[in-house]
Amino acid sequence: MALKLHGLVGSNATFRSMVALIEKDLDFEFVPVDFASREHKTPQFLARNPFGQVPAFEDGDLKLFESRAITKYVAEVYANKGTNLTFSDPKKLAIQTVWMEVEGQKFDPASAKLVWELALKPIFGQKTDDAVVAEFEGKLAQVLDVYENRLTESKYLGGDIFTLADLHHLPNIHYLMGTKVKSLFHARPHVGAWCDDILSRPAWLKVVDLLPK
Amino acid sequence: MVVKVYGSIRAACPQRVLACLLEFGVDFELINVDLDSNEHKQPEFLQKQPFGQVPVIEDGDFRLFESRAIMRYYARKYADRNPKLYGTTLDEKALVDQWLEVEAHHFNDMVYTIVLQKLVIPKMGGKPDLALVQNCEKKLEKVFDIYEQQLSKNRYLAGDCFTLADLSHLPGIRYLINEAELGHMVKEKKNVNSWWCDISNRVAWKKVMQLME
Repeated sequence: MALKLHGLVGSNATFRSMVALIEKDLDFEFVPVDFASREHKTPQFLARNPFGQVPAFEDGDLKLFESRAITKYVAEVYANKGTNLTFSDPKKLAIQTVWMEVEGQKFDPASAKLVWELALKPIFGQKTDDAVVAEFEGKLAQVLDVYENRLTESKYLGGDIFTLADLHHLPNIHYLMGTKVKSLFHARPHVGAWCDDILSRPAWLKVVDLLPK
Repeated sequence: MVVKVYGSIRAACPQRVLACLLEFGVDFELINVDLDSNEHKQPEFLQKQPFGQVPVIEDGDFRLFESRAIMRYYARKYADRNPKLYGTTLDEKALVDQWLEVEAHHFNDMVYTIVLQKLVIPKMGGKPDLALVQNCEKKLEKVFDIYEQQLSKNRYLAGDCFTLADLSHLPGIRYLINEAELGHMVKEKKNVNSWWCDISNRVAWKKVMQLME
């Protein structure tokens, strides 16, 4: 199979790329990376991603890493397949790109830390650091205030259709909805409605289905 | 009509945008935003950039923020000009995006923290977290190790040509060498050092440096 995604079920970054492939209706092979045996640090895997992280992606001879580079590639190269995930008008695409950068530079640093502290540490039997949670809840609240304002003037973050600018948020929002931080999203009506909307997309539900029950 | 760039010439993110515009020969007007007097946090500026950060560009009545979104917009707009900052094929573009993600997430986070701790906090009368700085320096060494390996195979990060992926590093590496006095990280690595000498000697970047004086 030409398209392969190497990753870990449950990894935010893996799921970010995976949902894009599913939205685009693409046939791909999922190749699980065995973290328990430190496969991600073997020379073979480092040749795919020199940072020893998931995901890594192949399309024939092209090899890519970084989840957001993978989604951008898939959205553009397979523009005619499945859901349209990116604007073609240059100015609309530029606005979409602004909000993709906001996700990567502002939303992700705040939310990923909370996902680790509140959703993942308990699974690994580690203790949540309440001071860190308080600090990052504050940061996330500031980002969500900007989102609330943005979503009063735009149906989706990147514009009037669902695009990568929204999709990139899915894994972190999904995890945080299972924690007390969900109140931060629902306290803001437009943000809450937007979350409900994007989390209920069939492609995302297929990804979530892979998680152990 | 010239592009208005709101920002300080001394700040990394506006420098990134200016270097890009200069590469394409796009006329601009730099409108200083006085960070010292908190101009960027005033309501008038927050209308332009809701996170209160620089840069913002206004191209006629079209406004954008996030330096890497701005760069991508102009790289697409001037795809027929040289240099081909976004590559010439979709595969090449994917590799540019990949290394731009590396710069934004692996490289920039470390540089930002080092600059904050070593320069900004002492200037504001605070005490830097030296353990954190040391930790960041170690991580940055590993990032440069990966760059050293990549640059042994390619002249530039994404391939044989200078692209946004290389350009995006210019302000951060300048800070590391000058204010942060960590130039050894670059100079001790043969390929990284050659690459830095090449990209920092580009006409466009030298013009940015002249504007700083």
